[in-house]
Amino acid sequence: MATKASRSAARLMMAPAVILLLGWMLVPLTMTIWFSFRSYLPLRGGDLGAAGFDNYVRFISSSAFWPSIQTTLILVGSVLVITVVFGTLLALLLDQPMWGQGVVRILVIAPFFVMPTVSALVWKNMFMDPTNGLFAHLWRFFGAEPVSWLSDASLPSIVMIVSWQWLPFATLILLTAVQSLDGEQLEAAEMDGATKLKRFFFIILPHLSRAITIVILIQTIFLLSIFAEIFVTTGGAFGTRTLTYLIFQRVLESQNIGLGSAGGVYAIILANIVAIFLMRIVGKNLDN
Amino acid sequence: MARDVTSRRKLINTAAAWAVGLVIFFPILWTFLTSFKSEAQAIAAPPLFLNFDWTLENYGVVMERSNYARFLWNSILIAGGSTILGLLVAVPAAWSMAFVPSRRTKDILLWMLSTKMLPAVGVLYPIYLLFIQLGLLDSRAGLIIVMMLINLPIIVWMLYTYFREIPVDILEAARMDGASLKSEILYVLTPMAIPGIASTMLLNFILAWNEAFWTLNLTSVDAAPLTAFIASYSSPEGLFFAKLSAASTMAIAPILILGWFSQKQLVRGLTFGAVK
Amino acid sequence: MSIKTALRATSAIALCAFATTAIAQDTTITIATVNNGDMIRMQGYADIFTEQTGINVEWVTLEENVLRQRVTTDITTNGGQFDIMTIGMYETPIWGANDWLVPLDDLSEEYDVDDILPAMRNGLSHDGTLYAAPFYGESSMVMYRTDLMEAAGLEMPEAPTWQFIREAAAAMDDPENDINGVCLRGKAGWGEGGAFITVTGNSFGARWFDEEWNAQFDQPEWAEAVNFYVNLMNDYGPEGYATNGFNENLSLFQQGKCGMWIDATVAASFVTNPEDSTVADSVGFALAPNAEGVEKRSNWLWAWALAIPAGTQQEDAAKQFIEWATSKDYIELVAENEGWANVPPGARTSLYETPEYQEVPFAQMTLDSINAADPTNPTVDPVPYVGIQFVAIPEFAGMATEVSQEFSAAYAGQQTVEEALAKAQAITNETMEAAGYR
Repeated sequence: MATKASRSAARLMMAPAVILLLGWMLVPLTMTIWFSFRSYLPLRGGDLGAAGFDNYVRFISSSAFWPSIQTTLILVGSVLVITVVFGTLLALLLDQPMWGQGVVRILVIAPFFVMPTVSALVWKNMFMDPTNGLFAHLWRFFGAEPVSWLSDASLPSIVMIVSWQWLPFATLILLTAVQSLDGEQLEAAEMDGATKLKRFFFIILPHLSRAITIVILIQTIFLLSIFAEIFVTTGGAFGTRTLTYLIFQRVLESQNIGLGSAGGVYAIILANIVAIFLMRIVGKNLDN
Repeated sequence: MARDVTSRRKLINTAAAWAVGLVIFFPILWTFLTSFKSEAQAIAAPPLFLNFDWTLENYGVVMERSNYARFLWNSILIAGGSTILGLLVAVPAAWSMAFVPSRRTKDILLWMLSTKMLPAVGVLYPIYLLFIQLGLLDSRAGLIIVMMLINLPIIVWMLYTYFREIPVDILEAARMDGASLKSEILYVLTPMAIPGIASTMLLNFILAWNEAFWTLNLTSVDAAPLTAFIASYSSPEGLFFAKLSAASTMAIAPILILGWFSQKQLVRGLTFGAVK
Repeated sequence: MSIKTALRATSAIALCAFATTAIAQDTTITIATVNNGDMIRMQGYADIFTEQTGINVEWVTLEENVLRQRVTTDITTNGGQFDIMTIGMYETPIWGANDWLVPLDDLSEEYDVDDILPAMRNGLSHDGTLYAAPFYGESSMVMYRTDLMEAAGLEMPEAPTWQFIREAAAAMDDPENDINGVCLRGKAGWGEGGAFITVTGNSFGARWFDEEWNAQFDQPEWAEAVNFYVNLMNDYGPEGYATNGFNENLSLFQQGKCGMWIDATVAASFVTNPEDSTVADSVGFALAPNAEGVEKRSNWLWAWALAIPAGTQQEDAAKQFIEWATSKDYIELVAENEGWANVPPGARTSLYETPEYQEVPFAQMTLDSINAADPTNPTVDPVPYVGIQFVAIPEFAGMATEVSQEFSAAYAGQQTVEEALAKAQAITNETMEAAGYR
């Protein structure tokens, strides 16, 4: 057991991280909460006085609010499902013996190194453009009408771009977990006549559950604040306005800091609800 | 693994894995190829794969227009600086959480992660005003601090999970031998923790390199990294696919090369404690 | 890292630090600008300015949306990151009214401020004081393919109506050969499709607000205008026009995929430039259309201008640069090196009096279009605001972007025009109430 001395040493060592993060959280948070109760309009002269709960009421009663929550949840949920499912399959495939395994792994993880802005620009212009995009050429080659991806299938398109970026991350973590699988256990099961499907569901999947939990947790944190991909591709049009994007519109496009700050407070509440939900449902996996 | 695999099976695996790998990699490859085309060839129908006149013209234009070296240098300094600073703060914290856990350790960890959920856009004005007050606008120091704070929760968590995998018995044994806290860390812990620390560094470097909101909004000239460089090539007037591709290639190439050289480390290291 | 590399790195850092202080003793100005062709050209010539004056220039070149976000944050918080900002006709009067910009009322004699086109000068002033100097100005006009028009047996009048545009689009539309009758902006964003549908509204007799700041999207003129646009584009427009902005249409037209294109006058120099355009020698120009019997045409007025944020430490150097970049001499400099067709257009009267420039095919039509635009009287019915394709109030950018997103959703067939108009009405009234206009 730890001694008293090491306990206080531990506190001392934790202090910088805790204090820094506390500062990073509290200072902007306090300012955000302060702004959210003010009528703060930079283009009309700045702080125009107290606003009570006006900003909160206005933000939530705006016709854009609920759709934005829905869009956020659909976007995050779809990307999670896609990356976890394909990440698992890909991890299993990459674990198999093959020629050039190292090179394939490099190819698969490459998208993780691409800046979100760059990947959004590349997908939008060089693949999804209805006239000059590669998809349009492909569709025409097969005699089909090119699809206007970013207007007719806007949310799925963004889900695809984001999934492409995050699939490597999921694959990497799941691959590490797959590699630690007990080969003998699998062989034993095979001997006992367990089918591939059974082996997958009763041995591999339980083994991966912890890794999957971590993929979901970390990706959710990043996905909730997705911004560049939407900014570059649709600018929030065609039902792709997430809560983060709605706040951006209120703060920067409409220059209404008070209203945007109220939205920021809602976003923090939503993030925490999602976090608690995640912890309750899948967080048990994290204990030990 | 002592499984008997026929070469037929291996062939199928290889074919499938290469096919998937190439599909996933294709957008990057296509960007790379396009960067060597002329603007007209970049939008040619049907698309040209290899049979075009390779030209370095786009790179020339980009180099002439932008001070690429400065953007690159800033990216390296900011990503590198924030990683080192982050480790300095995170290693002690993760160490104490892992080896001297208390009832609140898990709460503190989760709280740290929750600070990452603050939407950046929502706090742009507060942070911008703060930066003006502190004179940190367009300074590398300011960005290094922000990047460090943004990624600190992830670093602490990752390190915590690595440290927890280090068998406590060894530490106890060292303590029995009368090792001080200092030598405990220096001679016992550090060697065992190095792989974990290395992959944490890598991940943090990548995340800081690719961050595009704060790096764009808090800089103008002196501290502007590659994310700002890209913002000057997206959607100008006229044809731009080839020049955009060249700029994109230049922005992602350094990190891609770093990633490739360290991929073994990444594959082994990115566990977040997922492997018991 | 070995000790040697560490030492080398340290000395490199020290050297860098030294170099920075050495430069800091000279004057350096930081200019935020948009990544349009004319500005990129200006960057190239800035060395000449540095040679003449000893003033160094640092550029922050950004894509339009990022630039707006960046400079607006900086000016409203008094961040002092830039000595010169490139802003438009929408921002200038608003920022000028807030005293955020240095008034340009003491420009030198030889700069000849009276030479600036009156429309531009008015648009960039607040209460008669000039706050930004136009680098280039534009209106909008019809650009059309003379060869296709001839083949269709039609002749473009100098001042066409929307009805004629529709007729001509029907005649030129040729899906077999990948030619769309007409290409127009549909992309969401107040400066993109939002601007286009607003001027189209003007030319059908619609307006954003009545004199009491009540939104007017429930009026029949708007329904008529938007329905006309949607029908025209669905019948003869390109695939996916709901995401096409200036840039997308430019590249379509350059590739010969549009019979007509109604857009910014500055596009004329791009579509007639044989290096980029496959149709360079067969482009004709006409005034932007109006609906039959409506006195207002659908041409807008815009300028990209250079302004100095109040509070800069380098006011004099910044003024020197603005005088240089928007001068007659700069225009001549560009003309000498790149030809008259590539000079920044639409800013100065003297340019249109230059014999060489009068020979440029689009010069006269550009001037006529600019002169036909009247920001103080943009609509058929009276309005309480200034601005043609925008309303010069701080709330407009955010509100119009949301409204144009609703329109774009209608263009993409995700909702009806009526639904879009109803939402536009709600968004606009909501915003105006929040801002205290009503």
